[in-house]
Amino acid sequence: MSAVPFRILPRVTAANEHFWRGGAEGKLQFLRCNVCGTWIHPPAPVCPSCYGRDVVVAAVSGLATVVTFTLNHQPWVPAPDHPYAIAIVELDEQPGLRLMTNVVGCPAEAVSIGQRVRVVFEQHDEDVWIPLFAPVSGASGADG
Amino acid sequence: MSEVLERRAALTGIGQSEIGRRLGRDPLGLTLDACLAAIEDAGLAPRDIDGLATYPGAMGGAPGFTGAGISEVHDALRLELDWYTGGIELPGQLGSVIDACAAVATGLARHVLCFRSVWEGTAQGKDGRAGIGVGAGGAGGSGFRAAGPTMEWTLPFRAYSAANWIAMMAQRHFHEYGTTREQLAWIALNGRRNAADNPRAIYREPMTLGDYLGARMISTPFCLYDCDVPCDGATAMIVSRLDRARDLRRPPLRVEAVGSALRGRPSWDQFDDLTTMALRDAAKMMWERTDLRPADVDVAELYDGFSFIALAWLEALGFCGKGEGGPFIEGGARIARDGEIPLNTNGGQLSGGRLHGYGFLHEACVQLWGEGGARQVPGAPRVAVAAAGGGPLGGCLLLARD
Repeated sequence: MSAVPFRILPRVTAANEHFWRGGAEGKLQFLRCNVCGTWIHPPAPVCPSCYGRDVVVAAVSGLATVVTFTLNHQPWVPAPDHPYAIAIVELDEQPGLRLMTNVVGCPAEAVSIGQRVRVVFEQHDEDVWIPLFAPVSGASGADG
Repeated sequence: MSEVLERRAALTGIGQSEIGRRLGRDPLGLTLDACLAAIEDAGLAPRDIDGLATYPGAMGGAPGFTGAGISEVHDALRLELDWYTGGIELPGQLGSVIDACAAVATGLARHVLCFRSVWEGTAQGKDGRAGIGVGAGGAGGSGFRAAGPTMEWTLPFRAYSAANWIAMMAQRHFHEYGTTREQLAWIALNGRRNAADNPRAIYREPMTLGDYLGARMISTPFCLYDCDVPCDGATAMIVSRLDRARDLRRPPLRVEAVGSALRGRPSWDQFDDLTTMALRDAAKMMWERTDLRPADVDVAELYDGFSFIALAWLEALGFCGKGEGGPFIEGGARIARDGEIPLNTNGGQLSGGRLHGYGFLHEACVQLWGEGGARQVPGAPRVAVAAAGGGPLGGCLLLARD
């Protein structure tokens, strides 16, 4: 693995720390409606499906599919690993539950739409765990 | 359909400052050059202006992204305003003009001065285009943390630019519809072809498909020529109440319909259809408000901050079917000035300069007034569409000359 790259880190607050610090326990966490089960992202205190307010933190499996991606070549900031892969992935738990992220753990040129990936965490500054995604080993389809 | 109130509005004057890659000029000066030119073009005086609108207004953020806010222009021209607005949470850059149409239609103002000014060329300096939050005076550096509904979910993933975000929309379109770089190139090549006949454009030398395919990659599938060129310049226009426009200097350009809808989620990554982006909703709304059809449009000035956005606008507005934009533009004949739907007749932002949205509406007016000179679309165009924005931002206006 290459060295941890420079990142602009998120401002962690009470409203989002379940997401940015869940990696400390190896968990990718979102808010979820305790009544109808809808996953909510970005975090909001009201369920967008039933408008209930009983919203709790819950972990997903971390399995996802690459919806789209780009290989960034432009040195917006100096980095040793151009091009690197930026992707939008959709979590298995709910259609439309997506994240922008990076696909790591394989050559950038090996990233493709439809690729199955699993969350990995990259720790920064003692308080932030960035959820990245790596190919599910040996799988191109419905690996569990 | 209930009464389409924006038809009480008309474009009556346009103005532009000098435009350059790096002018090194005071951005308020550029802004006022454009504003005063537009006022004079309409046959008005500053004392006649009772409304003021801009995008994005005074704000921090990316270097050179805004040259002046509402209060600076208001005060410099000592305007006496009944109505004003400036902000960034709008349906794209032209959302501010749509607001102005609403203001004159509801009687809050008679003549609204609308402006947009940028000085990104000078502000970003010789290092070229800056990412968001990094470099060239951005907020990057130790201790800076990303926050807010867009930046929190993009910057930590090294997605520093809308180039990255829109590139992913294009990649998805390539995947779903088989669109190719050789097809997408024609947005850039068509723009350059038109810029050759626009003395105010930034890049005017000929460009070939080979040049395009050989250019360095920025963020796949976008190469350098898929990305617009940061510049310095200001654009302004006057939106007047139609019943106050008939006796002005120019024939008024009626606002036939506007599109400001955002029916999907307001997000770069959560929007339901990444291949259409919010342009789908704005375009649909616009056509819901008029009996005119895409075939009635004589000229289209469609945002090309990144090439793919113009392709997506062509599809959203119905000039071709969904997913058919690649074959539609391939070869460039249909979008040429003598083609089916002349596109970005001044070179767009790719070759004309990143005037950020307002340049498209300015050029639509130029074409409808028949003042395009060497780049004038033949046949005295009567109907034009101007559209701006990409991702979750989109707004469009359909203009008609009687």
